[in-house]
Amino acid sequence: MTEVLQPDRVLDCSGLLCPLPVIRTSKAIKEIGIGQVLKVIATDPGAPADMEAWARQTGNELIDAHEEDGKYVFFFRRVR
Amino acid sequence: MARRDPDAPKRLAIIASKGTLDFAYPPFILGSTAAAMGWEVGIFFTFYGLPLLLRNYDPKVSPLGNPAMPLKMPFGPPGFRQISWPIPAIVEALPGFSLLATSLMQETFKQKGVPSLLELRQMCIDAGVNLIACQMTMDVFGFKKEDFIPECTVGGAATFLEFASDADVSLFI
Repeated sequence: MTEVLQPDRVLDCSGLLCPLPVIRTSKAIKEIGIGQVLKVIATDPGAPADMEAWARQTGNELIDAHEEDGKYVFFFRRVR
Repeated sequence: MARRDPDAPKRLAIIASKGTLDFAYPPFILGSTAAAMGWEVGIFFTFYGLPLLLRNYDPKVSPLGNPAMPLKMPFGPPGFRQISWPIPAIVEALPGFSLLATSLMQETFKQKGVPSLLELRQMCIDAGVNLIACQMTMDVFGFKKEDFIPECTVGGAATFLEFASDADVSLFI
């Protein structure tokens, strides 16, 4: 699924711990248009749970989350 | 005050009552994160938490009287960093020990990718978190409004309670 997803923006949060990945994601998604896709890369072990919670709370869509080369990769679509 | 509109964003109300480095982090971490989730956030800084709003504040931490605080080194090989040093309380009471413990904690946080306290405070400001300085504490401890960052507002218990009365989450830290 991720092969066909072309992000409009990529945010690398490698090496950052809570709360930075969530805060930077919330900033970055406001800088893309509604319907566009943001890819986030993180190494924080808390990121998978936090990113899901952030998406539920903000109403943005978490299209895909997976691990890649020891890092967590998320694709969000800006909904609002 | 009328009940809030049911479509209004969720609301977080925090009382920050402690000013040491370890207890200064949670209000700013939770406040900035809740704001990033689109919540409305108010933090009431009272008693020893009030100095967290000073223009120049450099909070300290000490393991003295804080027995759950591990004392670990932010340098050296991994095994060495894992050691939690058993320091007798009488040594922790020596002049300068809290400065040492503070710099060790700050360095560890920096290395692990946690922002500094002032950076987190700025993130809260940028995200529109409502920072309320306790008027009574200002009077009791002899602070002036000008001592504090211009982004904070001044209020009392009633101000906070009115805000908290419609909060979805309320915390005392």
